[in-house]
Amino acid sequence: MTLNKPLEDQEYFINMGPQHPSTHGVLRLLLKLEGEIIRKVEPHLGYIHRSIEKMCEKDTYIQIVHLTDRMDYLSSHINNEGVCLAVEQGLEVEIPERVKVIRTIISELTRLSSHQLWWGVMGMDLGAITSFLYGFRDREMINDIFEETCGARLTMNYNVPGGLMFDIHPNFQQRTKDFIKHFKTKLPEYDQLLSNNIIFQQRTKGVGVLTREDAISFGATGPVGRASGFSNDIRKKYPYSAYPQVTFNEALDDVGDCFARYSVRIKEMWESLSILEQLIDNIPAGEFKAKTKAVIKLPKGDFYQRVETARGEFGVYIISDGLKNPYRLKFRSPGFSNLSVIDKISRGAKIADLVAILSTLDLVIPDIDR
Amino acid sequence: MNIYDFTGLTQSIHESLSNSLSPTMVTVVEFTIVALIFMTFFTFLGLVLVYAERKVAAFFQLRLGPMRVGFWGTAQTIADAVKLVMKEPLVTKNADKFLFNLAPFIVIISTIMALGAMPFAKGLHALDFDIGILYVAAVSSLGVIGILIAGWSSDNKYSLIGAMRSGAQLVSYELSVGLSLLTIVVLAGSLQFSEIIASQEAGWWIFRGHIPAFIAFVIFMIAGTAETNRGPFDLAEAESELTAGFHTEYSGLKFSFFFLAEFVNMFIIAGIGATVFFGGWMPFHIGDWSGFNRVMDFIPGIFWFFGKVTFIIFMMMWFKWTFPRLRIDQVLTLEWKYLLPINLVNLLLMAFIVLMGWHF
Repeated sequence: MTLNKPLEDQEYFINMGPQHPSTHGVLRLLLKLEGEIIRKVEPHLGYIHRSIEKMCEKDTYIQIVHLTDRMDYLSSHINNEGVCLAVEQGLEVEIPERVKVIRTIISELTRLSSHQLWWGVMGMDLGAITSFLYGFRDREMINDIFEETCGARLTMNYNVPGGLMFDIHPNFQQRTKDFIKHFKTKLPEYDQLLSNNIIFQQRTKGVGVLTREDAISFGATGPVGRASGFSNDIRKKYPYSAYPQVTFNEALDDVGDCFARYSVRIKEMWESLSILEQLIDNIPAGEFKAKTKAVIKLPKGDFYQRVETARGEFGVYIISDGLKNPYRLKFRSPGFSNLSVIDKISRGAKIADLVAILSTLDLVIPDIDR
Repeated sequence: MNIYDFTGLTQSIHESLSNSLSPTMVTVVEFTIVALIFMTFFTFLGLVLVYAERKVAAFFQLRLGPMRVGFWGTAQTIADAVKLVMKEPLVTKNADKFLFNLAPFIVIISTIMALGAMPFAKGLHALDFDIGILYVAAVSSLGVIGILIAGWSSDNKYSLIGAMRSGAQLVSYELSVGLSLLTIVVLAGSLQFSEIIASQEAGWWIFRGHIPAFIAFVIFMIAGTAETNRGPFDLAEAESELTAGFHTEYSGLKFSFFFLAEFVNMFIIAGIGATVFFGGWMPFHIGDWSGFNRVMDFIPGIFWFFGKVTFIIFMMMWFKWTFPRLRIDQVLTLEWKYLLPINLVNLLLMAFIVLMGWHF
């Protein structure tokens, strides 16, 4: 275990991870420190690499959808949707409106549940353990909705190329409305507990500032990029599914510090709630799945589809040579690009700041390693 | 007069021992009795406070906490203690074994020594020095040596960072605790715990000492929480940053010593706070309302003391389960740039008030 350069006087290095409470998984950061001040951060990846992209080359398109759950497990539905949209693009099938709306609703619920978990963990990383359980209380309601409609709470596998695996549960609309009503009263509590807390603000304001230029050049997307003023919401720029028919604001901030990333996510939760409200009563009647062949074969060519997960831009690039499985498949995961900014923004910060930065980058390690 | 006076009881024990034993033996026997009582009390406090903390945390966090072992989980901490005792005491390969094993004892000795000066009720007081407050401040600051030794000898960088933070923090906040207590000492005119309590017969200092007493209490609460290394000042442990800080490498009984010491330190800080600001075992009296005062006198002093302590401990738990943790530079900024100057001005203000006789 060596660093590229020999250590200078008063410097030492420390391994943060692969087993560390605040790396949320098996991320290993090699820190070069001077006292408590960080001089360099070197992420080491590969502890949970499962060669998902290689596995995809052997699988049929329907099987690939299920594998994508295991990448960003907190946005599993949105990952599935990305693959399905790419395949549907190749198949050139007409997707029923009902499917589009249901997909969008579940995507937004997924985004909310991911942000709730992030919010809870963010508080916990900064030492306010109570927020963790508050976040989980509200997330539980979404998980119950998923369990009833999709049959699973985390890795839902609800999408298949051409539509949905089955129709929504009769309780789905009512439970979602109950959740919206409940969460509208609870979201202000999030502000009371953390956002307005002076210690929390001091811990996050001015910490880990990412400039707009850096955000663009590192490819930081999602709330991380948007907090730096880089408008990159795929739902706005390249609308898919039912996003063209809803009105919502892209949550933007221009400060780029941890607090900006925090407040962008809080704003996104409000926007997601508003999207849900617009769609939940307007699910059109119709088929829940377009007719597709039992064995899906894509025509020769390459297909790219991007979707906005809770963490940023998720891209699926399929190169097909006309068989039932892809010739080559590449995922563009948002976490990987977002992680790459860490050295840039945490130099000169303290160890405690690094924890706040890691937390606001909202990393899911299986998404980075794939 | 307080009808629940323990002076008679302790006096009669002393006399009956003196009748049958030589003076040296009397001292030895009395020391042993007191030591045994304090050891038992220490363990008991640890068990009760751990249970209380888990329950309080649970209720703040929308859950029930321990419920399975015993009625409402009351036996949970005993089960945990048994588990800790049976665990293997691990020592890291390159650790300084002598210091590594010594550290928990320094921490726990400092805690027990400070506990010895607590005035539980009238006459129930093991050590009543005329410099009581100075003594408690002195021995409770010994604990930081144990923490520093633990961090240094563990051969773990996380432990070392934790110990370093803890050293900087405790040495700084020692000042604020001392100065905020001095503010009340100026009012009471004594450093002796029994005298400070006696001076509050007509009313507790927090009510009688004008605004400076209240400011001193707020500072005492902040600095006291920092002294006990509890959240939001738990930087030395900082679970999400340093895994467990200075006691990362400790296991089993030695870990439980650190753990117990933290909780008993909380009791000590609360006990000093209750004694100095809330009149210790002194009942709540309002001026000339003799009827009301008489009723209050019927509640034993020991209940008053523990009631006040419970209130302060609950506040400290409330802090811990609500606030995020501060960063090390913010902790030091808070102390040196805010609390210390405010405290000094406050002390002068109090001295001026006492000089002019403006306090109630």
